[in-house]
Amino acid sequence: MAEVKELVKKLVEKHGRERQNLIPILQGIHLENNFLSKEAMLEVAKQLDIASAEVYGTASFYSFLDTEADGKYKIRVCKSITCDMKGKNEILKTMEDMLRIKVGETTEGKRFSLIETNCIGLCDKGPAMLINDEYYTELTPSKVRKILGDYIRNEY
Amino acid sequence: MADKINLIIDGIEVSVEKGKSILDAAKQIDIRIPTLCHHEDLCVAGNCRVCVVEQEGRNNLIPSCATPAENGMKIKTSTPKIRRARKDIMALLVSEHNTQCTTCYRSTNCELQDLAAEYNVDNNVYLSVLKPNLKIDKSSWSIEKDDSKCIRCQRCVRTCAELQHVNALAVTERGSEMKISTFMHLPMNEIVCTNCGQCITHCPTGALTERRYYDEIWEAIDNPEKHVVINTAPSVRVALGEMLGYPAGTRVTGKMVTALKKMGFDSVLDTDFTADLTIMEEGTELLTRLKEVLVDKKDIALPMITSCSPGWVKFIEHMYPEHLAHLSTCKSPQQMFGALAKTYYAEQKGIDPKNIVSVAGMPCAAKKYEANRSEMRDSGYQDVDAGLTTREIGHMIKQAGLDFPELEDGDFDSIMGESTGAGVIFGATGGVMEAALRTAYFLITGRPVPFDNLNITPVRGLEGIKETSIKFENCLPEFSFLEGVEAKFAIAHGLINARKIMDQIADGKSPYHFIEIMACPGGCIGGGGQPIPTNDAIRKKRIEAIYAEDMGKPIRMSHENPEIAKIYKEFLGKPLGEKSHHLLHTKYRKRKRY
Repeated sequence: MAEVKELVKKLVEKHGRERQNLIPILQGIHLENNFLSKEAMLEVAKQLDIASAEVYGTASFYSFLDTEADGKYKIRVCKSITCDMKGKNEILKTMEDMLRIKVGETTEGKRFSLIETNCIGLCDKGPAMLINDEYYTELTPSKVRKILGDYIRNEY
Repeated sequence: MADKINLIIDGIEVSVEKGKSILDAAKQIDIRIPTLCHHEDLCVAGNCRVCVVEQEGRNNLIPSCATPAENGMKIKTSTPKIRRARKDIMALLVSEHNTQCTTCYRSTNCELQDLAAEYNVDNNVYLSVLKPNLKIDKSSWSIEKDDSKCIRCQRCVRTCAELQHVNALAVTERGSEMKISTFMHLPMNEIVCTNCGQCITHCPTGALTERRYYDEIWEAIDNPEKHVVINTAPSVRVALGEMLGYPAGTRVTGKMVTALKKMGFDSVLDTDFTADLTIMEEGTELLTRLKEVLVDKKDIALPMITSCSPGWVKFIEHMYPEHLAHLSTCKSPQQMFGALAKTYYAEQKGIDPKNIVSVAGMPCAAKKYEANRSEMRDSGYQDVDAGLTTREIGHMIKQAGLDFPELEDGDFDSIMGESTGAGVIFGATGGVMEAALRTAYFLITGRPVPFDNLNITPVRGLEGIKETSIKFENCLPEFSFLEGVEAKFAIAHGLINARKIMDQIADGKSPYHFIEIMACPGGCIGGGGQPIPTNDAIRKKRIEAIYAEDMGKPIRMSHENPEIAKIYKEFLGKPLGEKSHHLLHTKYRKRKRY
């Protein structure tokens, strides 16, 4: 709790106390904690003196701001039509097998979350995916096994 | 006149002020354009698109609520293209809506239902995409939230932000998942909500409604062992008619009393009686505080603020917990009534208080919560068993099969049925202040308040914050400490205005001695339990009716109410006395602000 308070305080000092700085502050917390906890959002409401519902409304609007603790690594596979036609389903299947979870689920120990996302602007290099902020393009099942394997080995 | 805009709507020339919308211009020449997300009290949202119109020279339809009128515009409000678009929009809204209208509390008083019927949305072009398993949030004592009926017009969100500055509700998630919800989707009883119910009166459908208690009341009425008493607030009698086919501003006091008696209430009493009692207690409290500050130089919180409005009380508990000492310790008239119903009334009538069911007929949603506060049990029982809204009473009258317009006028029962004009005006913003000043000035100087006919006009009207001051001269010896003092007063209604008053107090810059605050715009006549719709035109009519009711009363100062004299003589002793303190005063609690 004390840590969240300090973090929010630091971010509020950096960005300012006005309502328009809500998003950079939320992004700053997300960067540090990987998600926005209830405590963190309440602390933001308090320090900006706005309603907690307003903070939550903003946080829940953006798909890149999580309000629940997911995996440390969030894998977002593009589900738009180009990536779909270029073999997205195979990519998903490969990762589901490797992680032993289904799309929308998180591995035990909260290491990986696997979800689909709308277009991430890499249609010319589909199928594409993001693992946190890193993007990976022109994916094939073997390429995915290599990429994800590296993450798994480094992590477990 | 330079800032006038001239345009043509449906072939009729119209001239409006700059900045007005096409919708405003159409209204001016009595052309009705359907709306859903639009509400006179609130800022423009433009999200439902039902109000689209055609502009000559433009291919696409434009939303009339969100488009400012411009010189030379040629607008059509009813063409096949427009009707097709509106019908399509309505059909899409209906496809996401829980269309179990027959079981909906708002049936026949629903804007979506009206428009769907008007445009004959009968084509079933779109399959129902109503989300399954949506649960109704019934956690709050006051407000029920049913997302299956929500059309996401965001009127409630704007109401809570713009009128009340509470922001309990927000738009959450996005796209097809978007919904109106609370912080982390918490249930309504766990969030920062004042229960004012303004979200209910601004909701076009049945998504937000008050929690209903009338089935329990019917049960109690039917139980021969129970003695069911109802007291009705001043604002109910000037608005109930709207539920029963009368135009806004019709006073139906006598018919209401008769109806309630015919429905089987054992005793129909008047909240105005405890409004008068509030004046005695609160007035005495104010004079005591003034004396303690001016004479004894004690550190007592001034300004003192009224505590009749439970929405306002919960607001200050959440938002300014460090300033609760400013609140009068007086219970609201409803709660004073409840505490007395099961003590004084029971004693006088020889009825065992455990068999008394005490019901409050209120213009209010927050009163339901207030009745259930754990500290409101000073009679040894729950003082008020249930709070009913004006709307619920309207429904009950219909359920009872009464031909309301044909009813004779009846009189309130005794005891606790006698009231003055001062008690009546509690219903309008400024009314408590006016009633308090009428009595306080008289007690201090021995003369009536120096306004024509006792009408203290500066405290009346719909301005958000009103101010007035009175100089006390030639005071009676007992109040010589007020000689030459110019007392300053303020009145605020709508919690956004309450916030301005409180920020001033928090900054230590409040110049006032006494402040009246009501949670709802217009005061209780615009309460969250009043008939829907409520807007400024309707508020004004209800207020006029309140003051007309006051003028019609033979006694117009609280301290002259003979039943008030009687209750002090026979039961309470004196204002702020030991018994009063126990039964009529309360404590407040600090709550979380976020």
